[in-house]
Amino acid sequence: MCGIVGLLVKKPALRERLGALMVPMLTGMTERGPDSAGLAVYTTPLSGRLHKISLYSGELAVDWSAVLAQVAQHFTEQHEIAVLGNHAVLTTAADPDHVVSWLKLGAPAVAVLSIGQSIDLYKDVGAPADIARRYEFGALRGTHLVGHTRMATESAVTPAHAHPFTAGRDFCLVHNGSLSNPHLVRKRLEPLGIKFETDNDTEAACRFFEWRLREGDDLRKAVERGFSELDGFFTFLMGTEKELLIVRDAFACKPAVVAETDDYVAIASEFRSLAHLPDISHATLFEPKPEEIYSWRI
Amino acid sequence: MANLKPVPAMREFDLAGETLRQLNSYLHKSAVSEGIAEIRVRNPDGAHSIAVGLNAPLDVHIHGHVGYYVAGMNQLASVTVHGNAGPGAGENMMSGRLHVKGFASTAAGASAHGGLLVIDGDASLRCGISLKGADIVVGGSVGSFSAFMAQAGRMVICGDAEDALGDSLYEAVIYVRGKVRSLGADARFEPMTDTDRAAVRSLLAAAGRDEDPGSFRRVASAKSLYHWHADANQEY
Repeated sequence: MCGIVGLLVKKPALRERLGALMVPMLTGMTERGPDSAGLAVYTTPLSGRLHKISLYSGELAVDWSAVLAQVAQHFTEQHEIAVLGNHAVLTTAADPDHVVSWLKLGAPAVAVLSIGQSIDLYKDVGAPADIARRYEFGALRGTHLVGHTRMATESAVTPAHAHPFTAGRDFCLVHNGSLSNPHLVRKRLEPLGIKFETDNDTEAACRFFEWRLREGDDLRKAVERGFSELDGFFTFLMGTEKELLIVRDAFACKPAVVAETDDYVAIASEFRSLAHLPDISHATLFEPKPEEIYSWRI
Repeated sequence: MANLKPVPAMREFDLAGETLRQLNSYLHKSAVSEGIAEIRVRNPDGAHSIAVGLNAPLDVHIHGHVGYYVAGMNQLASVTVHGNAGPGAGENMMSGRLHVKGFASTAAGASAHGGLLVIDGDASLRCGISLKGADIVVGGSVGSFSAFMAQAGRMVICGDAEDALGDSLYEAVIYVRGKVRSLGADARFEPMTDTDRAAVRSLLAAAGRDEDPGSFRRVASAKSLYHWHADANQEY
């Protein structure tokens, strides 16, 4: 079992309150996912060549200013780092893929959580409320976000196995359910040069969709392909820099409910994560139908 | 008569302050001994297991949306949800009534033995799965695999049905008014008789609805799966 939450604000004034609105959504899903939590938040995109890389050091104490200094030694472009405990966002004008390749060798204690111009990603093990406090989720601003609370059923409880999973740039996915053919998907993708970081079933789905996006599919088309390629139970919630998308498997085994008003679209596994939202009594409420793709753009 | 204390006709619970356990404990014990006629519940906010396991003729009104298993295992009580219901509404109900004024999520009325489940809106997948004798009236449409392996009872669907309606039915009967995307294994349409029309009329009346009973079709088991056919090359 797991909990998923998603929120896209339509009214620009609400972007300031994105995190504050979301925290009760995430903690409301604690019973569905008490062992880990995470979220991806999409901010106003950086311009030009600037990219953001979300970094995480777990329980290891990392001197982030030293990491920044080392990056600056190897790449002549401008860089900045914003630190929050064991988490940091490195903003760089260098090619982010080159920076990430260097980080793997030069700063092996640091895990890369996401790369993009819009996405910031946080995830860790522990109770959702603790994680929300640890990373000050209540203060997050942005256009939309994708969150998850995990109750592990098929692979270990580690930060790397927590959701959201990311692949490529500005793409993330959270999952409630379990896939029965992740190894087949992986076997198909690895010969194409696609590298996996965990044995988690959700990572296979994430990398499959991101591969299809790189091959030219739009997200909707990629998800349609997924119906024949991914076997198992799923409610998937995905984010790109412009879009929030939810889809459920043909049997609708895992729950989801959507609340939409003129101001926002909010998605959760259960209504109890939506009950606190402003004007919820006037929201249009519905459950996504099986194998029907619902998406909203900012 | 003089020694009888006046009994308040109605008791209200606010789940924004009072706990679910307080409410359910009250419904199981004090409400019965105090003879309260009506209980109103405010701010359910999607909580699970509201009014489960009732065993007295109480009249419970829940104002808002509820989570999993509302009125599960109900006996005798009448529970009304003025909102939507999460998965497993009225599951294993034995008698009494559950009325969901909005929509119901998956597996509404699962395994219900008796009583009446009314859903004014749509019901999601697996509505009435393994039904064991209760009656279900859905004002809207039902999702796939509804009445899967339903053993006894009746299901009235005023709207449409998705795939595999009535798959592997036993003795339960389905009456459907709208389109059926597909019937499940061993389910078949059968002619409506006067008895069927009378049953539909009475179930619609009980649900407070006025559709024409003549506009429904009957779905029941062809009973070809009742016995193993060694020669039939049945594949699994």
